[in-house]
Amino acid sequence: MKVIYLDNNATTRVAPAVVEEMLPYFSEQYGNPSSMHTFGGMLGKKIVEAREKVADLINADPDEIIFTSCGTESDSTAIYAALHSNPKKKHIITTRVEHPAIKNLCEHLAKNGYRVTWVPVDREGRLDIDYLYDHMADDTAIVSIMWANNETGVIFPIEQLAHAAAERGIVFHTDAVQAVGKVPVDVKQTGVSMLSLSGHKFHAPKGVGVLYVKKGTRFSPFLIGGHQEKGRRGGTENVASIIGLGKAAGMAQKDLEGEMDRVRMLRDLLESSILENIPNTLLNGSRENRLPNTLSVSFEYVEGESILLMLDQLGICASSGSACTSGTLEPSHVLRALGVPFTAAHGSIRFSLSTYTTREEIDYVCEKMPPLIERLRSMSPFWKQGASCAAQ
Amino acid sequence: MWEYTDKVREHFLHPRNVGEIENPDGVGEVGSMACGDALKLMFKVDDNERISDVKFQTFGCASAIASSSALTEMIMGKTIEDAETITNDDIAAYLGGLPKEKMHCSVMGKDALKKAILHYRGLEAPEIEGKIICECFGVTDKAIEESVRENKLKYVEEVTNYIKAGGGCGQCHDAIREIVNRVYNKTETPPEPKKKLTNIEKIKMIEDTLDREIKPALEKDGGSIELVDVDGSVVYVKLIGTCATCAASELTLKNYVESKLRELVTPDLVVEEVKK
Repeated sequence: MKVIYLDNNATTRVAPAVVEEMLPYFSEQYGNPSSMHTFGGMLGKKIVEAREKVADLINADPDEIIFTSCGTESDSTAIYAALHSNPKKKHIITTRVEHPAIKNLCEHLAKNGYRVTWVPVDREGRLDIDYLYDHMADDTAIVSIMWANNETGVIFPIEQLAHAAAERGIVFHTDAVQAVGKVPVDVKQTGVSMLSLSGHKFHAPKGVGVLYVKKGTRFSPFLIGGHQEKGRRGGTENVASIIGLGKAAGMAQKDLEGEMDRVRMLRDLLESSILENIPNTLLNGSRENRLPNTLSVSFEYVEGESILLMLDQLGICASSGSACTSGTLEPSHVLRALGVPFTAAHGSIRFSLSTYTTREEIDYVCEKMPPLIERLRSMSPFWKQGASCAAQ
Repeated sequence: MWEYTDKVREHFLHPRNVGEIENPDGVGEVGSMACGDALKLMFKVDDNERISDVKFQTFGCASAIASSSALTEMIMGKTIEDAETITNDDIAAYLGGLPKEKMHCSVMGKDALKKAILHYRGLEAPEIEGKIICECFGVTDKAIEESVRENKLKYVEEVTNYIKAGGGCGQCHDAIREIVNRVYNKTETPPEPKKKLTNIEKIKMIEDTLDREIKPALEKDGGSIELVDVDGSVVYVKLIGTCATCAASELTLKNYVESKLRELVTPDLVVEEVKK
């Protein structure tokens, strides 16, 4: 069965050109870039090239790029670096809709002597900026706010937020894992102190990430070991993946000019088809300030896991913020922070597209969705009662 | 991805007996949309008290739909008396097992059946007995106790898997643990609360920790450390020997000395270096 992959916010296909670029570094060129001999040492040049390409993608200087193993490592490194560099500052500001990489870390820190302020969002997922300003304090060590939300795709005004933090002399970190490769990300223009990104969200392999650290930002390493990354991150370089990430970064930069508009058009097509043809369906998050590839919708009176498994039968891959898919009993913290009622949050589905998504695939999903939801609703004890109060 | 058995998948994709019965003899409704799953079970009974028709409607995940479907197959043609003996484990077993996190789906089936039989007999479901323990899902101490006994549950996590209690905010976990312990006649011995250290005790412990744990480690590298003062939660220390001139001394202080002191004395300590 053909797979229609609409779960690109979870992970993406490694681009064939990226795979090709990486292959020699598993077999023939397996050296260690730290070695004195040419065989290993020449790999250092390839890493320099990759670093330059990644730096170009986010308009950073190559020196400001630290390769890590994943987005989570980048996030942890950023937060701990800010805390360790400012030991007297015990306050962290973040949002209620962060990815678990930040959310669970901050919850952990809150149990270990730090104060954490969780900035709320409104019904459309937009940040309460006044709340953020009001809570910046003299002992705030770091403000960490995601660039774009993984579930709803809602984009935060990072430039404005980073400037506000800078005015107070507070380190500003952004988890841009979902943004990089999908929308233009410019560290100089926005003035962020640190930024996390992850390769596998834009067609590089899993297992490679980046932490951007602006020159002059106080830093302490998270992984202490060898001299790699100028002592900022110990551990032998993941050579093949770093080279792959460089290639993917170059490709992403090209995709931002035009290709992402095509993805946006397909997403909009899917969105309008679902909202127009399936009653009692709600869009989660702001329509305007959103990643071009992400669509989060809630189908009332049906449960997300059931929808996913029905889609799975058709070869369609998506994800859900419903409780049943995560092994917990409550729907996703993001949808709850938006105030999506439990009744709708349980039936939430996220479709996330990529540059590999085709018009035919979207047409197929548009065709299959209405009968699928209809079938599940016909089993639901709430559906008939519900239909009468449809237009809410 | 859940590891569902083929039978669960089959019952989910092709559920039996979906729908409604006009003028049913017994109806049982459990769950709610807010909880994430709900089941309405209806049946008709013939002159010999045998279930002659049964239908269900379910809002929920694949295992909730499959459990409902399985239940209808299991009770069809059975006498009320026989149907009454079906347990949630029987439903799970009929499906070749359920993931442990999904056992509450089978419990929902059993509860709906129980309610429908009560309704058939003209009895109201008994008023909710006991005290609500889990506010998020409205589960009482009685219900938790019953489930712990019936299913031989030993851990809070298992209670959550079976009847959802404790699956929300988590504030009731201690109360659930107490109930489990009560069922097994264990007397609760709460961990001794960490009492607040007096200043003298704190300084003594910091000194001990420095002498016993930290100094020996630093001395291996030709350095040492000296306690200068303690002010509230700030510990002032002086680095000696190679440590004093080491470029990584800040790292030593923060990542080693401070974390050791936090671990062994109190978690709110901050270490500051005094130069000269």
